Amino acid sequence: MSNDYTSSEAHPIQVSHETARPYELTDVVSPSKTNFIKVDDFRFFYGKKEVLHGINLEIPSRRVTSFIGPSGCGKSTLLRNFNRMNELIPGVRHEGDITIHGTSIFDPSVEVIALRRRIGMVFQKSNPFPMSIYGNIVYPLRIAGQGDRSMLDETVERCLRSAALWDEVKDRLHESALGLSGGQMQRLCIARAIASRPEILLMDEPCSALDPIATAKVEELIIELKRNFTIIIVTHNMHQASRVSELTAFFYLGNLVEFDETRKIFTNPSKLQTEEYITGRFG
Amino acid sequence: MRTRIGGVPILNTGTLSPLTPEYRRNPDFFKGACQLACILTILLLAFIFGEILLKAWPAIHQFGFGFITGTQWSPNRGVFGVLPVLIGTVESSFLALLVALPLGLSIALFISEDFLPNSLRQFIRFVVELLAAIPSVVYGLWGVFVVIPLVQKYGTILSDHFGFLPLFAGPAYGNSLLTASLVLALMVLPTITAISRSSLVVVPYSLREGSYALGATRWETILGVILPTASPGIVASAILAFGRAMGETMAVAMLIGNSQRLSWSLLSPSNTLSALLANQFSEADGIQISALMYAAALLVALTLVVNIAGEMVLRQTQRATSVLR
Amino acid sequence: MLRNRFLTGLCIALSLLTLFPLISIVILVIRNGLPLISMNLFTQLSPAPGLEGGGFGNAIMGTLVMVCISLLLAVPLGILSAVYINEYAPVSPVSSAVRFVAKLLTGIPSIICGVFAFAAVVMTSQHFSAIAGGVALAILILPIILLTSEQALMGVSVSYREASYGVGATPFQTIWRIVLPDAMPAIMTGIMLAVSRAAGETAPVLFTALFSQNWITSVFEPTASLSVLIYNFASLPYAYHIKLAWSASLVLVTLVTLTNILAQMIFSPKQR
Repeated sequence: MSNDYTSSEAHPIQVSHETARPYELTDVVSPSKTNFIKVDDFRFFYGKKEVLHGINLEIPSRRVTSFIGPSGCGKSTLLRNFNRMNELIPGVRHEGDITIHGTSIFDPSVEVIALRRRIGMVFQKSNPFPMSIYGNIVYPLRIAGQGDRSMLDETVERCLRSAALWDEVKDRLHESALGLSGGQMQRLCIARAIASRPEILLMDEPCSALDPIATAKVEELIIELKRNFTIIIVTHNMHQASRVSELTAFFYLGNLVEFDETRKIFTNPSKLQTEEYITGRFG
Repeated sequence: MRTRIGGVPILNTGTLSPLTPEYRRNPDFFKGACQLACILTILLLAFIFGEILLKAWPAIHQFGFGFITGTQWSPNRGVFGVLPVLIGTVESSFLALLVALPLGLSIALFISEDFLPNSLRQFIRFVVELLAAIPSVVYGLWGVFVVIPLVQKYGTILSDHFGFLPLFAGPAYGNSLLTASLVLALMVLPTITAISRSSLVVVPYSLREGSYALGATRWETILGVILPTASPGIVASAILAFGRAMGETMAVAMLIGNSQRLSWSLLSPSNTLSALLANQFSEADGIQISALMYAAALLVALTLVVNIAGEMVLRQTQRATSVLR
Repeated sequence: MLRNRFLTGLCIALSLLTLFPLISIVILVIRNGLPLISMNLFTQLSPAPGLEGGGFGNAIMGTLVMVCISLLLAVPLGILSAVYINEYAPVSPVSSAVRFVAKLLTGIPSIICGVFAFAAVVMTSQHFSAIAGGVALAILILPIILLTSEQALMGVSVSYREASYGVGATPFQTIWRIVLPDAMPAIMTGIMLAVSRAAGETAPVLFTALFSQNWITSVFEPTASLSVLIYNFASLPYAYHIKLAWSASLVLVTLVTLTNILAQMIFSPKQR
C-alpha cells in the first residue's frame, strides 16, 4: 500500500464547507477492494429493544477496519454478531443478513461451531484459561481433534512468535497463564485466537485494560498481523484507530453513520456527526 | 484446493462452506445424560411421595380420619391412632423453639455486633458450627447420661413444689418431653443462629448510622431499628427450625420415653411421629406397616408445609431488604 | 447506660451458655470414649449383649460400604443435574423444577429417607440389606451434592466460558475441559460434606440395613453401622457396651469434625 495508514503524523481535522449540513443516513461508501464480509440491512434486538438499525457495510479482506463511536452505540454488538457470539445471550433476535464470502453465516446449514473456529476473537478483558500457557494455545487445536505433539509444539511457537510473546515465555510454557502480566495475558489471548489459523480476527477493545506500553506492543502486533488476517477492531480510542486501521466505521446510537478510509474520516469527514465525535464534542 | 500445510489443516479454504470437512456435528450424549439425571431427580421426589402414599393406602382406607384423632396405638389389637404422637411432635418442637430462639438470637446478635473482639466471635461461630455437625445419635447418648439425670433431679424439685400445675405434674421421669425438648433446642440452635445472623448483617449500615446520628444508644438501635428490620428473617429462621425439630429422630427416640399416653405434664414421657417410626418399623408387620406409612405421610406433609412456609417468608425478607439497599 | 450494660451482659451470657453443652459433650465423648480406643476396636467384631471384648470393626466397614453405595448413586445424579441446570439450560422449566425439587429434598426428614427405602427396597426384596441403607443415604445426600455442585459451577468465571465458545468449542467440550475441572475442588468439598453427613446418620439405616454382629459379606444382607451401634448399645444395661458406644461416638465425632475442617480449608482459597 502506498498510503501509510500507520503514520503517527498528526492530521489536523478540517471542516470543509461541504460537510456543514445535518447528518443523514446513506448507504455506505464501498471501498474498491474485494468484498469479504458483507452486512446486509442488519437489525439486532435484545428482546423488544432494537439496538442495531439497518446496518449496511462491506468489509474487505486483509485490512484492518476499526469500529468507533461513543459507548452504547452498538459497535461491540455488531462485532459479536460476526461469530454469532451474541447467541449465547437468551432472548436475542436479528433481521437482515451477514455473509462471509457469499455464504450467510446464519444459514441453517452453517455450523456455528465451525464458524467460530474460522474466526478468532480477542475480548476486552483478557481471559486466558486457568491452565498453562502451552495449554491455552493448543486448546483450539485440541478441540478440533488435533493431538499430534509435534504439530502442537510447532503451533505454540508460531503463535507466540506472531504475538511477540515467544521470547518472554519460551522458558515457562508449562507454567500457569494466570501468572502473566496484563499485557502478556492479552498477547497470549491473541496468540490463542490465531492458533487455528482463522481468516478473520475480531478484537473488542483489546487494549482498554492495558497500560500504554502494553498497548503500544499490541498495536504493533495488529499492524503485523494484518498481513495474514482480516482484522476488525472495536476501539474507544480514536488515536488508536487512526494508528492501526485503514478503514473506519463510525457508529452512533445503533446506526452506521459513516464508513470510509481512516485518513478521510479523521481529516475530512463527510458527516457532521462524525466530525463532532472526532473533535470531542460528545462521547 | 490445498486443505493442509505440513499436516496442519488450513481452516482457511477460501469459502465458508457449510460442508466443512473439519467439523461434523455430533450429537451431544453428555447433554442427554444430564437431561436424564434431571428427569430422574424430579421423578425421585414423585416416587418418594408416591411410594409412601401407596404403602399407606390400606391404613388410610381402613382408618381414615380417625387415625389422626384416635388416641390408642395398639398393634396387637389393630387399633391405630396418632393424636398423642402428633401432639407430642408439635409440643416438643414448640418447646425446643422456645428455648432455642432467645439463645440463637443472642448468639446471632453477638456474632454480628462487636461487643467483644473478633477472635471471640469467630470462636463462638466455630462452636455453633460444631454443634450443627454432631450426629443426632451422639446427642442422644449424651442426653441419656447427662440431661436425663439433670431433669430427673430438678424435675422432682419442680413437681414437688409446682406439681399442682398439670404442666409440672410428677413423677419426674428422666425420659420425658422436657428432656427431649431441651436436647432438640440444642440441635436446632445452629439453624436459628445461621439464618438470623444473615438477616442481621444485611441490615444496611445506613440505618444503623441514622439511628446513632439521632443520639440512640447501641441497644436502642438494636431493639428499635435492627431487630425490627431483620425480624422477617428471624421469623423465617424460627419456622425453619420448627420444621427441623419435627423431623429430628434419633435423639428424641432415645430421650422421650416413647409413651402413647396423652399427658399434660412436661415431665412425663411422650412420643413424636419420627420416634414412633424409628421404634416400630423394624418389627412391624401387616397392617401396622401401613399404619406407620400413614404416620410417615403425615410427617412429610407437616414438615413440607412448615418448610415451604419458612422458605416463602425468607424469600419475602430477601426481596424486602434488597429494596433498602 | 445501665440498661445497655445489662442487655449486653445478657447477650454475652446467653451466647456463652451454649458453650456449656458443647464442652460437656466433647469432654464426655473424649473421657468415656478414649479408654477403650485401640487398634482392636477397628479390627474386631461387635460383641453380643452381655459379652465383653470386641470392637466395632464391622460397624465401621458397614458404614463405609453404605456410604460408598450412596455416593455411587447420588454423585452422578447430583453432578450431572447440576451441570444441566447451570450450563445447558439455566433458564428453563426443567431447571426450575430441579431446583425446586432439590430444595424440597433438603427438607425431607432423614427418617423419611429410611421409610422410602424400606417401602421401595426392603418390602420389595423381603430383605433388610446394605443396599437399602445405601439407597436411603443416597436420597439424603443427593440434594447436598446437587446444590453444592451448582454453587461450584456458578463460581467458575464467565470469561472462561466465553473464551472457550469464542474459539469454537462445543458446550460439551467447554464443560468437560474448562468448567468442570475448574469447579472440581468445590464439588469435592460438597461431596466431603455429604460423606460426613451420611456417615453420622442413623435413622435412614436403622430399619433398612438393620444391624449385624458379623463382618459384611454381601450387600444384599443386613449390615452393622457405627451410628446404629451407638443407638443400640446406648440402651443396653452392660457397662462394656456403653463404653463401646462412647468410643464409637468419639470416632464418629472426630471423623465429622476433621472432614468439616478439611472441607473449609480446601474451599476457602477457592473463594476469590
